[in-house]
Amino acid sequence: MEKTLDLKYTYTDKKDTRSGFGDGLLEAGRKNPNVVGLCADLIGSLKMGAFQKEFPERFFQVGIAEANMIGLAAGMAIGGKIPFTGTFANFSTGRVYDQIRQSVAYSDKNVKICASHAGLTLGEDGATHQILEDVGMMRMLPHMTVINPCDYNQTKAATLALVDHVGPAYLRFGRPVWPIFTTADQKFEIGKAWKMIEGKDVSIFATGHLVWEAVVAEAMLREEGIYAEVINIHTIKPFDEAAVLESIAKTGCAVSAEEHQINGGLGDSIAQSLARNNPAPLEYIGVLDSFGESGTPTQLLEKYGLNAENIVKAAKKAIARK
Amino acid sequence: MEKQSIDQLKQICSQVRRDCLRMVHAVQSGHPGAALGLTEFFVALYFNEMTHDNKFKMDGKDEDLFFLSNGHVSALWYSVLARSGYFSTEELGTFRKLNSRLQGHPATHEGLPGIRIASGSLGQGLSVAIGVAQAKKIDKDDKLVYVMMGDGEQQEGQVWEAGMYAAHHKVDNLIAAIDYNGQQIDGPTSKIMDLKNLKAKWEAFGWDVIEIKKGNNVESVVNGLAEAKSLTGKGKPVMILLYTEMGYGVDFMVGTHKWHGVAPSDAELENALGQLEETLGDY
Repeated sequence: MEKTLDLKYTYTDKKDTRSGFGDGLLEAGRKNPNVVGLCADLIGSLKMGAFQKEFPERFFQVGIAEANMIGLAAGMAIGGKIPFTGTFANFSTGRVYDQIRQSVAYSDKNVKICASHAGLTLGEDGATHQILEDVGMMRMLPHMTVINPCDYNQTKAATLALVDHVGPAYLRFGRPVWPIFTTADQKFEIGKAWKMIEGKDVSIFATGHLVWEAVVAEAMLREEGIYAEVINIHTIKPFDEAAVLESIAKTGCAVSAEEHQINGGLGDSIAQSLARNNPAPLEYIGVLDSFGESGTPTQLLEKYGLNAENIVKAAKKAIARK
Repeated sequence: MEKQSIDQLKQICSQVRRDCLRMVHAVQSGHPGAALGLTEFFVALYFNEMTHDNKFKMDGKDEDLFFLSNGHVSALWYSVLARSGYFSTEELGTFRKLNSRLQGHPATHEGLPGIRIASGSLGQGLSVAIGVAQAKKIDKDDKLVYVMMGDGEQQEGQVWEAGMYAAHHKVDNLIAAIDYNGQQIDGPTSKIMDLKNLKAKWEAFGWDVIEIKKGNNVESVVNGLAEAKSLTGKGKPVMILLYTEMGYGVDFMVGTHKWHGVAPSDAELENALGQLEETLGDY
């Protein structure tokens, strides 16, 4: 279906976002001698092997002990290092919430918590590993920056941007191969929303893998004479409220799209902003207060209503509510 | 800082105990029991053992660093830091009050000199100290990292994750200590959750373990710290089992968990202060 659409962004290659992290980390290690890596027995999954090989003295295998890993990273940050921790998103957040809260966020330590296999697109491993609450948990923490890039190139750029950013950060990415539709030389500005497509009828605010689905949805809507604005919210916190309000002032309604629970994620950030500043119809694309299950990424996104077709439906609904 | 003699350390201990009791009494909240029990250890570390600079630098490069995992002993740490010149002793009067840098549990958010990370939620400090020790190794900084934990805290799983890690990675610039007073909030550790043979447990995890049997005798503590230091740099992390008595120095507070988190009344404070000489001047 995508192939026949007049897409504003296209791709020739697909790659997993976690590889963007791994390649970004390697480059970060070359640029800055203070960058250190820690991993809880998932070096292959997190694509941290190249960094480990080139910088063995700056890489720490922690074993299956995530709580310890967060504390170690906080300690290394005290010593002036820039630690990047790696494990699945589930074990990067819920499992170690109190460690992050006390030793990293409250203590304002320069720790980069890098989390792969986030969301439904983890796929066949099922709900135990498909965390859909991590963005909510992390964005509730004072001091925490929360980033969820959309493709390989943006994940790599975000990883590099975090080297120069001082303070706690959560970087969320995923497992599946995914279209690479942003450029390798993009400037990644933490906290700055990226208006990818101009429109006038509805604003689609998307994050992570679903930015691609939003790009596809925009083309589908355009075929029907509906002009959607697509905004890539790669940084969920700090939230670029000005960009959101400016777009809504023009379009008058919105759709949020994220691979996360509708509770606590990007949609709630937008809803809070709209309620306080400019009440406007908002439709959520997200998981509706349930856990996931086993399946392929595509099957799961379809079953849980997180694909382009569902964004199109939500956009029409939002427009009808204006 | 200059190393203080045993006699001087004893005098400082008496004053620090007065500080702790007066701080807790003033706000009728805090944790006097373990603070009194750990006084000799803290005083020996800050006034005799560690190379440190009271002109505080967060990264602590080329200094010995101390971390407190059982953060509820905060009154003691604040008193020792103030008496070491990290901040004025007058500030001790703000302990646990609104807008104070001396939070109920240690914190960094208002930038209190001497504190490098928040603690209080138990089980996290050993991991942090190991991370700092490894950063020192990367930087070829030969100074040591110290960390204090509670014995009840040994019930936290993260402590054992960290213990396994430090031995595996040969973090031998680290001296950890356990306040082995046998008490926790709900009663004796032997009844609440028996720690059994802690020495054998830490040895099985690959640590060198020494015991300081008289943790409330400042000379024993100084000697024990020297022994611990002599074991560093040999491929293993070092653990001190520090036998202390909760509430030491005040006859009616000693040896019971009752004073873990209870403040003395006016009369009790007067009685307690009568047992502790004012050696350096109250704040």
